Amino acid sequence: MAVPIQQKSTGARALQAWFNPLKRSAGFLAFVLMRVTGIGLVIYLLLHMVVIGNLLRGPEGWDALVATMKSPAVLVLDVILIAGILIHMLNGIRVTIIGLGFGTSSHKGIFWTLMAVAALLLAYSGWLVFTK
Amino acid sequence: MNQHGRFGPTRPITLKILRYKPGFIDPPRYDTFQVQADPLMTVLDALEEIKATADSTLLYRHSCHHASCGTCGMKVNGREQLACVARLVDEGTDEVVVEPLGSAPLVADLVVDMTPFALHMAPSGMALVRDSEFMPEAERPAGVERYTRYEDCIECNICLSACPVANTNPGFIGPAGLAAAYRALVTGERPAAEVFAYVDHDDGVWRCHSAMECSAVCPSDVQPGHKIMALRRELVAYKVKRFFKRG
Repeated sequence: MAVPIQQKSTGARALQAWFNPLKRSAGFLAFVLMRVTGIGLVIYLLLHMVVIGNLLRGPEGWDALVATMKSPAVLVLDVILIAGILIHMLNGIRVTIIGLGFGTSSHKGIFWTLMAVAALLLAYSGWLVFTK
Repeated sequence: MNQHGRFGPTRPITLKILRYKPGFIDPPRYDTFQVQADPLMTVLDALEEIKATADSTLLYRHSCHHASCGTCGMKVNGREQLACVARLVDEGTDEVVVEPLGSAPLVADLVVDMTPFALHMAPSGMALVRDSEFMPEAERPAGVERYTRYEDCIECNICLSACPVANTNPGFIGPAGLAAAYRALVTGERPAAEVFAYVDHDDGVWRCHSAMECSAVCPSDVQPGHKIMALRRELVAYKVKRFFKRG
């Protein structure tokens, strides 16, 4: 016999539709990554314009900024930025290929292959960022 | 033999069910029930037991009990499934969360309004049962006026619920409607120009963002995501041909 146990409230579920990849397939993960990296890159471009605005403060202001940019914390942010660019760019290639009706039955394999390429390029880029 | 009249051991599984009744259970909440599940007990079996023995006000849709009517689509532990064939123990959890499909207006408890889905399906002209185009030459026994052929799509609305775009854009034709349009195109049910006019706009074939979750959750192997991409390919080819004909 079924027995009622407890009751409690629930909230809105709208955001889950876009950003929750749990219980979803590789294609949905690709969708989430595309949106997260896309939003991240737009935010970066806005910040980049603000940072470049330091040129208006003359050589002293710019030199101080460059010194900050060479700190390990900012270099980590650089690597995160490169990760976002690689994921967005390579995922975009996947979207273009299958969006034109080619390789749809292999879309998961295409995704994981391109993400493996992204991981390799990211590792190489990270090495360059911290050693060169 | 266990208490369900079947063989196999039972174990307690808790069902956490979303409840909503406008004006009564409003805003929605989760109610929790416990059932003794054997290896064959489906989510629908559990819902029927709860309705019969614990809460007769629980609302859900169902009909055939064997995955052919498409009526009992719902979210089971966050993933769209047909409740009649989703076995509780296969979830591998002691608690199973049962929620209504997304992307459709919630009517009450686990029941959603299928009207938007039907409105997106109708213009393609691809109903569940339609005339066969494959055996026009076949001899018909006396009394049989014509053959009918069953499409794979069982119109369960599961693909729309899993589609992240349909969840945030009600105007989107959606995976099932676009897959039906593709079928109408390849079978010649509708003229190509008519099909392309129906799907070639912002809320049509171009709104799909290739998450392909519709294909992943489809219980009838329609592969709507694949059909959408094929439809795009045909549409691009159609446009290119038309462009050069004009030139």
